[in-house]
Amino acid sequence: MKLGFLVDLNLCMGCKGCEVACKVENEVPLSSWRLRVKYIDMGTFPDASRHFTPLRCNHCENAPCERICPVSALHYLENGIVNIDSERCIGCAGCMMACPYGAIYMDPETNTADKCTYCAHRIESGMMPACVVACPVEANIFGDIEDDNSHISRYIMEHQGGVQVRKPEKHTDPKHFYVGGGNQTLNPLAHKRIEGYGLFNNITHLDHVGDPHHSILDRFLAPFVSHSAADNKSFMDFKQTTDDNSTDDESHEDKGGH
Amino acid sequence: MVEHTINATNAIVTMDVALPGIIWGWMITLNMWAKSIGTGVILIGAFLLYRHKKEDMPSLRWTMPLISFIALNVFLLFTLVDLHQPLRMINIFLHPHWTSAITVGAWMASLFTGLITVMMVISGFDAFPDFRRHCEVAKTVRGNSDLYEKIFPFTVFLAIPVTLYTAVIMAESSARELWQAPTELMQMLLAAFMAGSAVLIFISDSWGKEVRKDLALVLAMSVFFSFMMYMGEYFFSFKAAEAEATLAFVHSGGEYNIQFWIAMSLGYIVPFFLATANIKNDNKTLLRFAAILALIGLYLAKDVWLKIPQLLPLS
Ligand code: SF4
Ligand code: SF4
Ligand code: SF4
Repeated sequence: MKLGFLVDLNLCMGCKGCEVACKVENEVPLSSWRLRVKYIDMGTFPDASRHFTPLRCNHCENAPCERICPVSALHYLENGIVNIDSERCIGCAGCMMACPYGAIYMDPETNTADKCTYCAHRIESGMMPACVVACPVEANIFGDIEDDNSHISRYIMEHQGGVQVRKPEKHTDPKHFYVGGGNQTLNPLAHKRIEGYGLFNNITHLDHVGDPHHSILDRFLAPFVSHSAADNKSFMDFKQTTDDNSTDDESHEDKGGH
Repeated sequence: MVEHTINATNAIVTMDVALPGIIWGWMITLNMWAKSIGTGVILIGAFLLYRHKKEDMPSLRWTMPLISFIALNVFLLFTLVDLHQPLRMINIFLHPHWTSAITVGAWMASLFTGLITVMMVISGFDAFPDFRRHCEVAKTVRGNSDLYEKIFPFTVFLAIPVTLYTAVIMAESSARELWQAPTELMQMLLAAFMAGSAVLIFISDSWGKEVRKDLALVLAMSVFFSFMMYMGEYFFSFKAAEAEATLAFVHSGGEYNIQFWIAMSLGYIVPFFLATANIKNDNKTLLRFAAILALIGLYLAKDVWLKIPQLLPLS
C-alpha cells in the first residue's frame, strides 16, 4: 500500500475549508500551517484571474527531510506516509533546511518540528484525512496509488499528461499530485511576492521559547516550567505586537522574501 | 509592451500565510566559526610542526590543544543551545540515524573533543611541572606524557572530517540550492586554514621569524582562494534557479549585500595584502591586525551565506 494525494486545481475554489479542518483536527498552533491554500492572481485587469493551490507535505518517497533527521524522528510508515515522532525530535531544524517545499514548521508550543502526516492517526482507524472530508467540491482525492482500482489511481489514469508534482527536478519522488496546475501555481519562482499586494501583510507570529523575547536558557528550562507567553493567548496581546514591531508583526517580505 | 499584459509575466501572490524567516541564525554562524578555529589550530599546528623544529615554537605543544578545546566547547555549546529541545541531544547517541550528517558530525566532533581534552591535560601538566607536583593524578598524567604524541596524528586526521561535515549537512539541505557541496567543502577547509593561522598568529610573538612567515603565507593563500570562490559563486551562479534567485535578491541591495562586501573587503582583501606584505617583512603588529580582520570577516561572510538562502520562499 502506498498512500497518495491528488488535488484537482480545476475544482478547488479557495474556500480554505481544508486548511481550517486540518488546523482543528491536528491542533496546529496559530502562525503555523500543515496545509495552506495559496492565492495567485494572474493577468491584468480586466483580464485577470485568481488561482488557488492547496500545499501540504508531499510524502516524498525519497524524502530529504527523513535523510537529514539525526534521530529518525521523521520516518517512513509502511503505507508510504512520512511520519514524525515529536517525542523524539530534538528541534535541530535540519528537516526545515532539507524539505524543498517548506512543508515543515517548528511548533511554537512543543518546540519540535511538525508537518502534515496525511492524518496518520485517522488512517489508522479507517477514516479519511480531515481535509479530504471538509472539501465541499471533492478536489482533494486521497487513496492507495498502488491499487489500480482506487479512486486516486483511476483519476491519475484519466488525467494522464495533466498530472504534475511540485519541483520534480529535486528527485524527491512526491506522492502528492496536482491536476490543472501550471508553472505559475506550482513553481514558487514563477510568481512574485510584492510588498503591499498580499491580502495579509501584517501577520502575527507566535513566540517560540528560545526566540528573541526569551533567554536562551528558557529552552533548557522549558520541560520543567510552564511558559505562558508562548501559548496562544499571546496572539491576542496586541499591545505586545505593536510595542515590538520587529519580531512579532512581520510579513515575510520584511525578512527579504521575494 | 504587450508582454506585460500576458499571464506568464504577471503572476502575483495575493494571499498566503507567513513564511518562516531565518531558522538557522547567528548561533549556527558562531558554531561554524568556532569549529573552524577548533580544527584549524590543529591542522595548522601540525603543518608548523612538520615544517619547523619544536624549539622554534616553544608554547605550541600546550597552547594548540588549549585553544582548540576552548573553541570546540564554544562550538558544542552553541550547537546545543540552538536546538529547540537541547535536553534531547542525547537522542543523537541513543537513536542515531546514520544517513544524517548531523549524526555523523556529532559523533565525530565528540570524539575529537575527547582526544583534544586528553592532549590538553597532558600538555598542561607537562608545561607547568610545579603545578600539583605531588598529586597522584598529575603524576600519572605526567607519566603518560608520550600519549600526546601518539594521539596527535589521529586528531590531525579527524580534524579534516570534523571541519567538513557541516558542508555535508549543508549539502543535505536540499531546500537551499546556494549551498553546493563542492564549494562548501572547500570553503569549510579554507575557513579552518584561515581561522587556524589567524589564531596562531596571536601567540606567535616569541616564535621564530620563519614560523610567522609560514603563518602569513597560509593566511594569505586561504583568504585568497576563499575570496575567489565567493566571487565565483556570488557573480556566476547562473545555473541553479533557486541559487540564482537568492543571489539576485542580494545583488539588488539591502543589509546582506552590505554585510557581504564588508566581509569581503575587511576580512579577505585587506588581510590578503597585509599577510602578503608580512611574508617579506616581519611586522608583528600588522600581521596581528590582519588576523583580527580575517576572523571578523570570516564570521560575517559565513553569516551572510548561511542566512540568504533561507529568505527564499520555497512554495
Ligand atoms: S514534502 Fe518535505 S516534509 Fe514532506 S516528505 Fe517531502 S521533503 Fe519531507
Ligand atoms: S527538527 Fe526534529 S524532525 Fe527535524 S531534523 Fe531535527 S530532529 Fe529531525
Ligand atoms: S492530511 Fe491531515 S495533516 Fe495533512 S493536510 Fe490534510 S488534514 Fe492536514
